[in-house]
Amino acid sequence: MNQNRNLFFGICLVAFSSTMALLSVFWTPYDPLEINPDVSLAKPSWAHLLGTDVLGRDVLSNLLAGSRTTLITAFLVVIITMSLGVTTGIGAALSPRWFNRTAIYSIDIVLALPAVLFAIVLAAIRGPSTLTAVIAISIATSAAVAQVTRREVAVVLNSDFVLAAKACNSNKLKIVQKHIVPNIRASLFIQASGAAAIAILAESTLSYLGLGTTPPAPSWGRMLASSQQYLLIDPVVALWPGLAIIITVLGFNLLGDGVREALDPTLRKSKS
Amino acid sequence: MMLEMHTQLRQSRKNNSLQNLVLYIVRRFTLFVGSLVAASALVFLLLRILPGDLAQAKLGIDASPDALMQTRSEFGLDDPLILQFLKWLSHASRGDLGVSMLTGVNITQEIVSKATVTLPLIGLASALALIFAIPLGMYSALNFRQRKGITISAVSQLGIAIPTFWVGVILVTIFSVKFQIFPSGGFPDAGWSSWSSCLESLVLPATTLALGQGAMLMRFARSATIDVIQQEYFRTARATGLTRGQALQIHGMRNSLLPVVSVLGMQIATLIVGAIIVEHVFALPGIGQMLLQDVSIRDYTKVQGTVAATTAAVFFVSFLIDAILGLLNPKSRASQ
Repeated sequence: MNQNRNLFFGICLVAFSSTMALLSVFWTPYDPLEINPDVSLAKPSWAHLLGTDVLGRDVLSNLLAGSRTTLITAFLVVIITMSLGVTTGIGAALSPRWFNRTAIYSIDIVLALPAVLFAIVLAAIRGPSTLTAVIAISIATSAAVAQVTRREVAVVLNSDFVLAAKACNSNKLKIVQKHIVPNIRASLFIQASGAAAIAILAESTLSYLGLGTTPPAPSWGRMLASSQQYLLIDPVVALWPGLAIIITVLGFNLLGDGVREALDPTLRKSKS
Repeated sequence: MMLEMHTQLRQSRKNNSLQNLVLYIVRRFTLFVGSLVAASALVFLLLRILPGDLAQAKLGIDASPDALMQTRSEFGLDDPLILQFLKWLSHASRGDLGVSMLTGVNITQEIVSKATVTLPLIGLASALALIFAIPLGMYSALNFRQRKGITISAVSQLGIAIPTFWVGVILVTIFSVKFQIFPSGGFPDAGWSSWSSCLESLVLPATTLALGQGAMLMRFARSATIDVIQQEYFRTARATGLTRGQALQIHGMRNSLLPVVSVLGMQIATLIVGAIIVEHVFALPGIGQMLLQDVSIRDYTKVQGTVAATTAAVFFVSFLIDAILGLLNPKSRASQ
């Protein structure tokens, strides 16, 4: 643990938020949507551990339920990103020069497009929903993954063992399977946890702007947006969803950094 | 004879490198124009095909067929799509983004007037981020094994995990609600003629925007500096008796700042998105706030214009940064 603090804390934080999300499937202290005007904006107490919001909904229950939305979004984004990004990246690296060039330029263009801006355009057309947010975020992150994958595959393709495999008459599929994928696996994992962190931040941002998850599904971003109107009366309510987002995003970022350190011994000494 | 050859060689090398630079910049510029056209075509297609009939959207469901026909021909919606796009593109390239179909306002004028809020916000935030991030990043790199260096780097790790809008809300709670030093939002109606109150209302938004950007920049400055510190020329410099700080200042700085400059180009996109969010949090009447409002009333022509203009700005800045990098670093030209 002493040697790789990032990995340790990363795993702890990610495990913590995943447990909370799982727990919320079976149990929350109250129904997250239950409105109870008698306890509007209650301070934290034994009955409501983190207090209640202006409609008297239990904050802890909403946080728990919100973690489910957040992690499902992150999960979907990671799956789409990895399948799209990795296929494009490997495909581009293996294809003829002109296609490779075109792929590089197209990826550059998509990368330069601000993801949230793109999500806003999509929300304008399709109406806000979690799915719209997922699609927009995935397109942006998969471009980033494709870029890194393409670069790494190109390095592996230049290596002597791939040359040897070619000399032994291996076909392209076999080379990808046996030589390329094992060599970029670690980097893919780091990319995936980075994409998860970006997805969580982007989803909560879009929900905060009213362009992501729509009511009644609980979401951290929207909790924050609604608590902002009551800052004068009760600023504490705004604290919790923010902390929840920070913990989860930090967890995924640290996890990625930790894995990078664990697999790259030159980093271990210097950049802990 | 030898000397002559030497000068000749040097001269030709110089010409060669200048030629390289021009070629590099021309290539980058072509890429900039090409990607801009591609991106605006994408936005055009998305916003023209998917939402359905724009004339219907303007006039409502009960509109008579005659009125629909008239609106369509008025806005050129009868033309084939490719012609519509080319028309729009040729106007846009001259700075005319047309008028909003819903409200009839001139889109270019609207964007220019809103930019008087957004551009100062972005400029102020980048300045703040740069001033704090680079020295802090270098400092934490110089002390990367000590507790102070590790602490700074842990704080930056936290900084990139904090959502921008939450920082805004927290800053409002502390500085507007509790201590009432700065306004919690809004912008003076008079604009920049009352510049002191304008600046005052930009302090919290710019700080909010700068925090996330600064944390990111700091991480890049730190890792770039650590790379430099481990180079052999750095060790040589230390061996001549320079302290770490002096060696960094004299020999390391230029090398460690190059990656930071290249990151700036990528960050301009995040900055603009951040500005949209911050404007929403602080109710600033800037481009981002306008875009969000247009999206909610489904003013497609205006959304298209605003997105195209914003994308153009992003692409242009990254082109500029690329060109600057090419000037600073011969290696980045050669690799192209």
